Amino acid sequence: MGVYSEKDRGESPSKPSHIPTENLHLFSFSNENLYNLTSTLVTGDSMRYIPNVSEQELMLKQMNMTMEDLFKDIPHHLKREIPLHPPLSDLEVSRRIEATVKKNKTMLSFLGSGCYNHYIPSHIKELLSRSEFYTAYTPYQPEISQGMLQALFEYQSLICDLTGMDVCNSSNYDWATALAEAALLCERSTGSKKFVVSDLLSPFREKVLTTLAPDLEVVKVSHDTRGHIDLEDLKKKVAHAGGVYVEQPSFYGFLHENLSSVGEIAHDASALFTVGVDPISLGCISPEHSADVIIGDGQGLGLPQNFGGPLLGIFACRKALLRKMPGRVIGMTESESGERGFVMTLQTREQHIRREKATSNICTNQALCAVAAAMYLATMGKQGLREVAELCMRNAGYTMQKINEIPGFESPIFDAPHFKEFTVRHPQYAKVHEHLLRHNIQGGFMTDKTTAIYCVTEMHTALDIDALVTGLEGFHV
Amino acid sequence: MYRQATFCEPLLKEKSVAGRTGYSLPEPLGEPVSIPQSLRREELPLPELSEVDVVRHYTRLSEMNFGVDTGTYPLGSCTMKYNPKITEELSTLFSGFHPLQDESTIQGCLEVLYNLQEYLKLISGTAAVTLQPAAGAGGELTGALIIKACQKGRTEMVVPDSAHGTNPASAHMAGFDVVEIPSNDQGTVDLEALKSAVTERTAGLMLTNPNTLGIFEKDIIQIADTVHDAGGLLYYDGANLNAIAGICRPGDMGFDIVHFNLHKTFSTPHGGGGPGSGPVGVCEKLKDYLPVPLVDYNGENYYFDNDLPMTIGKVHGFYGNFQVAVKAYIYAVIMGSDIRTASQVAVLNANYLAQNLRDHYEMPYQPLRKHEIVLSCEKIKRETDCRALDIARRLLDYGIHAPTIYFPLIVHEALMIEPTESESKEELDRFIEVMIQIKNECYTTPHMVREAPHNTAVGRLDEVKAARSPVLAWNQI
Ligand SMILES: Cc1ncc(COP(=O)(O)O)c(C=O)c1O
Repeated sequence: MGVYSEKDRGESPSKPSHIPTENLHLFSFSNENLYNLTSTLVTGDSMRYIPNVSEQELMLKQMNMTMEDLFKDIPHHLKREIPLHPPLSDLEVSRRIEATVKKNKTMLSFLGSGCYNHYIPSHIKELLSRSEFYTAYTPYQPEISQGMLQALFEYQSLICDLTGMDVCNSSNYDWATALAEAALLCERSTGSKKFVVSDLLSPFREKVLTTLAPDLEVVKVSHDTRGHIDLEDLKKKVAHAGGVYVEQPSFYGFLHENLSSVGEIAHDASALFTVGVDPISLGCISPEHSADVIIGDGQGLGLPQNFGGPLLGIFACRKALLRKMPGRVIGMTESESGERGFVMTLQTREQHIRREKATSNICTNQALCAVAAAMYLATMGKQGLREVAELCMRNAGYTMQKINEIPGFESPIFDAPHFKEFTVRHPQYAKVHEHLLRHNIQGGFMTDKTTAIYCVTEMHTALDIDALVTGLEGFHV
Repeated sequence: MYRQATFCEPLLKEKSVAGRTGYSLPEPLGEPVSIPQSLRREELPLPELSEVDVVRHYTRLSEMNFGVDTGTYPLGSCTMKYNPKITEELSTLFSGFHPLQDESTIQGCLEVLYNLQEYLKLISGTAAVTLQPAAGAGGELTGALIIKACQKGRTEMVVPDSAHGTNPASAHMAGFDVVEIPSNDQGTVDLEALKSAVTERTAGLMLTNPNTLGIFEKDIIQIADTVHDAGGLLYYDGANLNAIAGICRPGDMGFDIVHFNLHKTFSTPHGGGGPGSGPVGVCEKLKDYLPVPLVDYNGENYYFDNDLPMTIGKVHGFYGNFQVAVKAYIYAVIMGSDIRTASQVAVLNANYLAQNLRDHYEMPYQPLRKHEIVLSCEKIKRETDCRALDIARRLLDYGIHAPTIYFPLIVHEALMIEPTESESKEELDRFIEVMIQIKNECYTTPHMVREAPHNTAVGRLDEVKAARSPVLAWNQI
């Protein structure tokens, strides 16, 4: 019984009658491929996920139809048997995946640059695996989805408290896409396509911004020796701009001390001021009060690095911008009998109602990641978040000092306070990098042949820093 | 009947007790750092809770939520299939790796990405695939930007009136004018309307096949020819791929660009709204426009390929929702050729519902459907004043999640039902029975329907109030 031809009829669809062995190359693109062990392949079947495999004959009979009938609307010449391997058993799959993971190497790492290794309390992982949360869809039916809705309302509330903004959506994909959305919001609000950015913004985020908002004119403003925005240059470039964007801490890890002046200059020119933040830093660093929009990445709030995704795009802004804000928002309301409850609200901004006039196309977002962030902020709380932030700053300061003492190395290159990331410079840095890799140390992210951005968090111990210092000291040209 | 747990669970902020903590952190290294006065944060208004407080809070919230693991979840267009637990478990093996690690240390991660790219190419009939878009809408925007980049001077995107809201929203974000075409009396693309809509301004057509009514566009070849002859490109919204995966391929139908919703067809959980993953495949002539990097293999090593001459840029800070891609990959490896069985049974289940509900609810357009059906409650509404929304809410009382409602827009009082292959015959029979019972209630005890739900954590919520005086964070209460 199949959708292709007579010859399939009468055979169980879960077990293809013949497995064309010459086609068993599905995942076999490398030398150590999945199917070069065809003879020992432990096959299974997918009936465990498809209960009606055993019921289909009966159902079709009741319906007085064949499987072919159900697919007769698809033109015959379009149907084709795709060469796929037989279904695999759990044992076989586990072996395969474990073998794949082993091709990775676990190292002592000093990478950050948008994806961070922070402490994740064990109960967060446990709670996120409550399948009432993770196997639910977007809470379109609020009465049966109060758990998710309250959790997201609390996420919005926590982010508002953390950033000092009035409102926050229930997530964007990541910081980079949130930046593009912020730039488009500035355009919608002011009518200007000009968007002024610090020339030290993340190159990854810059690329996403210019890709997703190709019609905007992105203008870069230069920096002084401390890395701070050059205010004179900003005054020149801000004319007729819709928005100004700065990252705090910067991609290079230092903290700007002149952001209120930047905000003032932006506002004097009727532009909106957007600040990109590392939310962990807000444990000890004040959020910028003159900001109209605050964006950032919440991955550090309870989510593993996961090779760069899922991340969590934070998007918060002033109330005046609410109706122009992208993405879903959760609001508090009441039931008919006066109980407190939560619903998705202000949906008239969204694509399923406004279609091409929506404030954004976003539909599926990063809801579960937002819940993780809320769990993290609830767990760390008032005292814990400050402590993590100070730990990062102190550990990074300690590491910078140690590196700076090694002949040939300079750290940091910007003379300013730093949060958890900082620059390391060496005339032969590219070779230093290779040297460290040979010693099983993954150094920072190289921005050019002489410079790298290191990240040190509360997850680094004195032994880790000693290992790094020993590694760097062992480098000889 | 069903009863959802109800807790009058306070907000985190209301549970906060001064001085309480829920974390454990190591000692800092080195000397305390001094934060300049202008940067130092004084007030940090976060809650103070113990680990026990946090765990109880979220466990209770989870019990006030409904997922696929709780029960039948026939949410049309969303493909709420079961999420195999082995993919959850195995995917965590990859959680500790950083996206910027040296390529030699992340061969396992790259192998997964490469193999998934190859698999998606095979299943869709496309020539190259990017895994960067974080969800379906992100894939649409990526596709629309590719169309824009290679269709210079063409300003219009054609979208059928049955399309999902993200299609016009994505096209608009990419800078296109949206041209909507009506469906014909079969519920499919009106070829004549399409012919008169396409001009030398037409950049492309966005379509899902089967369409949002669950009807296969049998004229797909003529549709493709019409668009291609006018110089346009054909975009495939992959939300409905679960009807045809392993049976026929969008690439063979003439689609130039295809997005996949890994959180639909490939079983990754929806997370209460996200994260998802929306890879995009393109035909040979569009390969060079894809976002960078792609993952390639040189016979020995996997590596990032940044060398695409016409690339639109980047659509995510790193490589998309990697962990979601891992889960989808594991699912594909497990299922192998049974991916076809999944589609067959998904279609069987939907048509089984159609046959058994057609006499009780109106089902406009042809009887043969693919993976989903759309019923209309218009007659019931006229006769009983019970709307689709009321019937949806009433289903919750029986422990069944509601279908998608009021979509597609071309069916009035629509109930869009997608059972997926995960539902057993007993569950389908129960759904049919409950649907018939609710219809009877509409005529006999309509207030039970109009005032539903009665058995959920809260009663019917006032959405108008939520939108009229928005409370979007606890500081606004
Ligand atoms: C037909 C259709 N197209 C596009 C989308 C958008 O996909 P996503 O939510 O992954 O962004 C959906 C999702 O609901 C859909 O049903």
